[in-house]
Amino acid sequence: MSVNSNLLVIIFASAIFYGTPLVFAAVGELLAERSGVINLGVEGMMLLGAVSAAMVAANVDGPAAVVLPVALVAAMVAAGLGAAIHAFLVVTLRVNQIISGLALTIFAGAAGLSSYLANVWGLGKQPAMNQFGRMDLFGLKKFPVLGPILFDQTLLTYLSWVLVVLVMVYLFRTRMGLHLRAVGESPQTADSVGVSVTRYRYGHVIAGGMLAGVAGACYSLTIVPTWANGLTAGEGWIALALVIFGFWRPDLTLVGAYLFGALSSLSFTLQARGIDVPTAFLDALPYLATIVVLVIVSNSRISKRLGSPAALGRPYEREER
Amino acid sequence: MSLASRVGLRLEPRVENPRWMNWAVPVCSFLAALLVGAVVLLITSQNPISVYSRILERGFLDSGSLSGTFISATPLLFTGLCAAVAFKVGFFNIGGEGQFYVGAIFASGIALALGADAQSWIAVGAMVLAGAVGGALWAFIPGILRAYFRTNEIITSLMLNYVAGIGATYLIFESNSFWRELSGTGAVFPKGKIIPLSAQWPSFDLGSLVVPFGLLLGAVVAIWLHVLQRRTRFGYEMRVVGGAPSTARYAGMRPARVIVAVATLSGALAGLGGAADVGNFRHVLDPKGLQQSGFGYAGIVVAALARLNPIAVVFVSIILGGITNAGYALQGPDFPAGLVGTLEGLILFCTLGGEVLVRYRIVSLRRQGVPA
Repeated sequence: MSVNSNLLVIIFASAIFYGTPLVFAAVGELLAERSGVINLGVEGMMLLGAVSAAMVAANVDGPAAVVLPVALVAAMVAAGLGAAIHAFLVVTLRVNQIISGLALTIFAGAAGLSSYLANVWGLGKQPAMNQFGRMDLFGLKKFPVLGPILFDQTLLTYLSWVLVVLVMVYLFRTRMGLHLRAVGESPQTADSVGVSVTRYRYGHVIAGGMLAGVAGACYSLTIVPTWANGLTAGEGWIALALVIFGFWRPDLTLVGAYLFGALSSLSFTLQARGIDVPTAFLDALPYLATIVVLVIVSNSRISKRLGSPAALGRPYEREER
Repeated sequence: MSLASRVGLRLEPRVENPRWMNWAVPVCSFLAALLVGAVVLLITSQNPISVYSRILERGFLDSGSLSGTFISATPLLFTGLCAAVAFKVGFFNIGGEGQFYVGAIFASGIALALGADAQSWIAVGAMVLAGAVGGALWAFIPGILRAYFRTNEIITSLMLNYVAGIGATYLIFESNSFWRELSGTGAVFPKGKIIPLSAQWPSFDLGSLVVPFGLLLGAVVAIWLHVLQRRTRFGYEMRVVGGAPSTARYAGMRPARVIVAVATLSGALAGLGGAADVGNFRHVLDPKGLQQSGFGYAGIVVAALARLNPIAVVFVSIILGGITNAGYALQGPDFPAGLVGTLEGLILFCTLGGEVLVRYRIVSLRRQGVPA
């Protein structure tokens, strides 16, 4: 048996495969939260993205190189529209962000619009005709240990790495990133130097929604890859926890996403190896681990230094007189 | 510059609230949601008038439909109370779903344990108690974590929903547990044991209308909560903690304890809902049915529409129960699943938007003479 079929190598490789949607969703949520808006609609937006991508993949004939980008764009538009509803309610109408986000997940979620659209469009009968397959990056797939982990993933995974680097640079090395952080920490200050709080909040909530849409597309175009109601199985909520886990930093969020990717894939990885473990326990593990990690992170000393954006969850009301 | 100010409008906090707005705004929001829903239906080539008229018929008007609506309303009433009580103190318990499952597990467990020989009132009483205890235990976890470990209760309570769902599935599908029927067809197709007849909750026949015991119990609990919130010391503490936690601390209250108490109470309410669902309707632990109906999440919609008022929760749960019941009755190609959740979401969005009209006046900047 070669080293590349070692159990640990497989666990690491599937951690990245299953962690990829979490990277997209969590980095998207991070952008919104950096602007001071918490969006609990991640799960709903992911499902909107998943159903739109599945619809395009099932109904548009053509080469994968055309269909798949169109499917991704459809996912981003659908989830971005969902995010825009949230942005309108919380930024313009100053509605409670928690309740508005929950409303978005109920509206779009497993028992809502995503499943309605899937029914109307007749999805779920056959697997998607076009899927994101695994890509042998630089021909390094056979490279010992690192080959299967890093160079035998789907295009979406490679894109997620580019995204994390771009968002890191954007947040910490650009003027817009600085403005964004100012809007999230102290909107009054940002406003007083001429940064439009409204525009930044709308922009980043919608951008975050579009990334959640890509995360949803990861399910309907690679992981599942067909339509099933609620196919994201609560990963949108785990993405929310990952933002806290990663202290609102994309790099740490990526690490968390892979940790949870490993946990969510453990049950099939071990079963495929014929290792007998109670499935119920393994299935519950990612959710239980989220709770444990959250308790540790919210009580750690670092969280006092690298805490949440100060204005998170608060509507901004300009003093007009 | 906000979108509203660009079109020459501005939100200005209201100095006084006209009373009529308290009912006019929710009603108008509801109608607005139906209008937006009609657009969604038209886009997806459904006929909104026929969809809405069928919901109205199957949910409320057809003979016997109201009795079905009461059955769907019962769990929503309890999960609605669960969310209303918790949200009121700023404890965003979205674990009503899981607390509902655990209540159903406990209640069906005690009913099976007592067996067919138990007297009916003892069996029903034990189920009520067991359901409440189960839900309370499940909500106690996020309560403690929030109050003493500053951990976000939204995420912890939600994660526990999945854990409870997996637990219920384990009991019926992945183990030979006490809840599982192992004889007869149950040996081949996994399913739960049916609770004995003596433990099945009564219904009261009022001519053409059948009112389940669970609904009456829920209404009584709602009135009790109303009194608790308005007339007791604990209710006062809840209001202060919900409004201004630091004030509560200065006044010598212990916000952490209040939070844990409210979390537990809130979970007990959802657990009661689980017990009522088993006692009045399913008579069995049915993990798939529980997870498909999503009563816990719908309870959040109920609570928000009722503006967190327990008495209003009773009426809202009957309205949403009607829509849910019509959804069950009509499910098929021209009434796709998911429509009910979509409509609920739209109603919630419009109500949230409508709330703004209660709190703010929309002022035209031009009329005021301020340049837009």
